[in-house]
Amino acid sequence: MSAQPRQAPHDMRTPLKRVRGLGSAKSGLGHWWWERVTALALVPLCLWFVWLVLRLPHLDFASAHLVVATPVNTLLLILFTTIGFWHGQLGLQAIIEDYVHTRWIELVLLVAIKFLAVIGALACALAALDIWLAVY
Amino acid sequence: MVLSILHRVTGAFLCLGLVLVAWGLIALAAGEAAWSTFAGFCGSWIGVILLACWTFSLFLHLCNGIRHLFWDAGAGFEKSGYFTSAWVVVIAGVALTVIVWLWAAMVGGAA
Repeated sequence: MSAQPRQAPHDMRTPLKRVRGLGSAKSGLGHWWWERVTALALVPLCLWFVWLVLRLPHLDFASAHLVVATPVNTLLLILFTTIGFWHGQLGLQAIIEDYVHTRWIELVLLVAIKFLAVIGALACALAALDIWLAVY
Repeated sequence: MVLSILHRVTGAFLCLGLVLVAWGLIALAAGEAAWSTFAGFCGSWIGVILLACWTFSLFLHLCNGIRHLFWDAGAGFEKSGYFTSAWVVVIAGVALTVIVWLWAAMVGGAA
């Protein structure tokens, strides 16, 4: 906050070059970009997911199983959960980087949410495939 | 201002919602007993309250997310547009939540 970035006497870099990458994340245009790309993909996927869930409550197990097992629903479910966990992980990363100021806790949390996101996405994909394969 | 922090709060909350989605999918794959446990939780009073919160969080985050995407495209930065779009987001979020739960209630067996 208070300290100005110190400029070496022979620093040839422009001011813009020096401040780049000095936000709380240190680097990460890729993070920003993928957050947007996954957000865009999730707009139709979320609407579809709500539509799918609305059909489920009044169905018994066998009917719910059949509805979820159609190839299109299996594909969209895998897309929704994979991109959802990915986007969620990116969002949590931004929150952790902004609010957790102890470096080692920050690192532990950043790694933990990545592990959990991969486990969650894989578990969802496997479950969706299992439901699909049980019927078709 | 309030929407900015709400975007983060709802986003973090929706990550928990994904865990529920994972539970539901795994339960549906595991069989009838697991599914009825899951359905029982969703139908309990705490489940319904959580689902209502998740529905509202999803729609608020979705609408505000679209607002963010417009900003990223360079549109809607004027002060008047900023407040107008904020109210559009809040009203759309509430309206979509109400529509979904009315729909669920009409189709029956929602809770």
